Order: sequence, then C-alpha cells, then structure tokens
Amino acid sequence: MYEFDWSSIPGAMPFLIDGMVLTLKLLLLAVAIGIVWGTLLALARLSRFKLLSAAAGAYVNLFRSVPLILVIFWFYFLVPFILAAITGNAGVSVGAFYSALVAFALFEAAYYCEIMRAGIQSVPRGQLSAAYAVGMTYGQAMRLVILPQAFRNMLPLLLTQSIILFQDTSLVYVISLSDFLGAASKVGTRDGRLAEMYLLAAGVYFAMSFAASSFVKRLQTRYAI
Amino acid sequence: MNYNWDWSVFFREVPSGGATYVDWLLAGLGWTIAVALSAWIIAFSLGSILGVMRTLPNRVLSGIATAYVEIFRNIPLLVQLFIWFYVVPELLPREIGDAIKQMDPTSSQFLTAFLCLGTFTAARVCEQVRAGIGSLGRGQKNAGLAMGLSLPQTYRYVLLPMAFRVVIPPLTSEFLNVFKNSAVALTVGLFELTAQTRQITEYTAQTFEAFIVTTILYLMITMIVIIVMRWVEKRTLVPGYIGGA
Repeated sequence: MYEFDWSSIPGAMPFLIDGMVLTLKLLLLAVAIGIVWGTLLALARLSRFKLLSAAAGAYVNLFRSVPLILVIFWFYFLVPFILAAITGNAGVSVGAFYSALVAFALFEAAYYCEIMRAGIQSVPRGQLSAAYAVGMTYGQAMRLVILPQAFRNMLPLLLTQSIILFQDTSLVYVISLSDFLGAASKVGTRDGRLAEMYLLAAGVYFAMSFAASSFVKRLQTRYAI
Repeated sequence: MNYNWDWSVFFREVPSGGATYVDWLLAGLGWTIAVALSAWIIAFSLGSILGVMRTLPNRVLSGIATAYVEIFRNIPLLVQLFIWFYVVPELLPREIGDAIKQMDPTSSQFLTAFLCLGTFTAARVCEQVRAGIGSLGRGQKNAGLAMGLSLPQTYRYVLLPMAFRVVIPPLTSEFLNVFKNSAVALTVGLFELTAQTRQITEYTAQTFEAFIVTTILYLMITMIVIIVMRWVEKRTLVPGYIGGA
C-alpha cells in the first residue's frame, strides 16, 4: 500500500497561494468580461436585424461546439499573432495569462449569452412597451428597465455558470500557467509527491465549489418568485 | 498578415514515415470518438441508476447518490483525471496497481480517460434523470402504486418510460459534452484529436490549417450528434405532448 507523505505542503504554501490568486484573478476578470460581452451578444441575438442576430447565433453555436481546451490553444497562438498584426511588431508578447483570459472570456460569453437571452425573454413584453410609452429610447429601456430585471432573475444561473468556470480555469494547466492546479502539479513533480498534491487540489476545489454552490442554492430559495 | 497558407500540408508524409498528417488526424478523431462513446455507456447506465436512487424514499440510497453527485460535480474534471491516473493505481492492492502500471501506455491512458469521463458525466446524467422523474408529478407514482404495482414495477412501467423521453434534450447536451470533454485526455498523453492537432502544428508550423480543420471536425461531431438525437427524440415522442418534450 502507498505511504502518503504530506510534508511538502507547508513549505509550498506561498507558491500554492500565489496559484490560487492567479486562478481567482483569471476567474473574476473572465466573469466580468464574459457577462458584459455575453449580454451584448444576447441583445444582438434578439435584435430585429437578421444579420446581427444570425452573426451572434453563429458565434454562440461555434463556441458551444468546440472543447474549451481547443479554444485555449487557439488563443494561445492567435493572440500574439493578432497583436503582431496590429502593432506591426512581431516581438510583442502579452504572456500566457492574457491569452488564457481572452479565451475564457470569449468562450464563456457564449454560455452567458444564452442565460441572458433567457433572462431578457422572461421579462414580460408589456415592460418594454411601457418603457417606450414613457418616451425611453431602446438603449434606455434596456439599461433601466429590462436588463436589471433579467439580470436579477438570472443571477443564480449566472453564478452557477461562474462556478463551472472556476473549475474550468484549471485547464490553463495545458499552457503551463501556474494557477492553483498548475502550482500543485509543479510542487508534486519537484518532490515526487504528485498523488498528495492532486488530492490536496481536489479537496480545495471541492470545498470552494461546494461552498459557492450552497450559497447559490440559498440565494435561489430566497429570491424565488 | 504574413502567414504562408499551405493546405497541402495534410497530405505530406510524417517524419517517421509510412503515414500522412491526415492519418494522424483520423487516428485522433478515432480516439476522441472511442473515449466519448465508451464513457457515455458508463455515464448513461451509472447515471440512470443514481438518478433513480436519488428519487427513492430510502434515505441511505438517496444519500449515497447525493454524495456521489456533489463530489463529482464540485471537483474539476482535470483534477479528477489526474486522481484516476496518479492516485488510484497507488491505492489499489499492489498486484492490480502494478498490473495497471505495466500496461502499455495507450491502454492505461484510454482506461483512465474512459473511467474518469464516464463517472464524471454520470453525476450530470443523474441530475437530469432525477429532474425527469421529478417533472412527472407525484400523481403518476401514486397512481402506479394504487393500481397494485410494487415500487420497482412503478418505476419500470410508469415512471422511467416517461422520464427518459422527457430528458432527451438535456441528455443530448450531456452527450455533446462528453465529446468536448474528451479533449482533457491529452493531459495524460492520449493522442486524441486535439493532441494530434498540436502535434501536427509542432511538426509543420501550419498552425492555422491544423486548428481550422480540427474545429470543423468538432463542429461535424456536434452536428451528427444533434441529428441522431433529434431522430431519437422523434421516434420516442410522447403523443399529446407539445413537441414531445
């Protein structure tokens, strides 16, 4: 039977905490950008302009059909390439973190779009007519009347999707970023203690996701209409 | 954009000879499909059993199923894969652990990916099946029991035939997820589609061509799955339901 040896964890704590900070930074930025971009996509999908709604639909279907890992790889080489094309300087580099951030934000926006679309459609049509009747423009009606309600109705789903994103950030392992899992993996490889480090990672991810989803469940019952 | 497009790259011979890059892509596609389909068998059967367990009046059984779902849903797939690959062989009795370590690498990578993805997806299937049974309302179960059917008979003849048809649309998206999630198998060294694509870009530097073709292949898998599942949905349509769903 295997002898567990947890002694490499205390010394590696600062490195692991740095990893968790990177994970959370990636998560928060990707959620913020993803929700804004997803909401714009949802508005585009519901637009009267056929071309705009078709383009948004194609975007969502494309991103929902391919694995996240493939998208991470796509942007890992695409971001430097586009930067070089824009700046005309092939030497510009933003690092793996920002290409991962772009990948997550654009990928998750497709999922947030579908949630926000359902949220906007759940607001009764009369609200929009009422907003127009008091003289609001489309932009004002959306910003002041429809979106706040859609956002509130969909808050549990948006949070649940963000918990999934929290778990998915571990995939940056494939581009060798030292997020929490990457850090645990590097420590484990260095000390020959991969089994212990992966069990630790599983425990930490479990505790955080479980706490977050319990919170969402409570929120859901409190805000239930 | 100074990039040299060269679509003929796929028909060039690979450095080790005896094959073209197309063969590599097809081999990768084959592994992706093999992992996904075999994992789906576990996911569907285990998930259905767990889903039924969660709806049973027995506290212990439903508790076990709930614990399973919470564990498998709250740990990232990649971490689960590493635990199957690095930790589980150590925890098994020595003879079995050694046998696994002595397997040829591709077999042990495939076995890991298949078990990991299957048990991971089972938790999701479980939740869908439970929701499907829950959506039928208490009346159906009570009616079955009132007719004199036993609880297993009520499930077998009343609840499950309806529940499975109701949950086909959400199960379709879980089935699609199995194909997409199978890409994580590259982290334990299995040369499925995404890994082969990476390998091709490393050998040829024709990054765009390789990634575009792979993206199209994933889109095609999605389309085929959707078409097949629509057909299944139509065949199992419940008369009198709007759209059968």
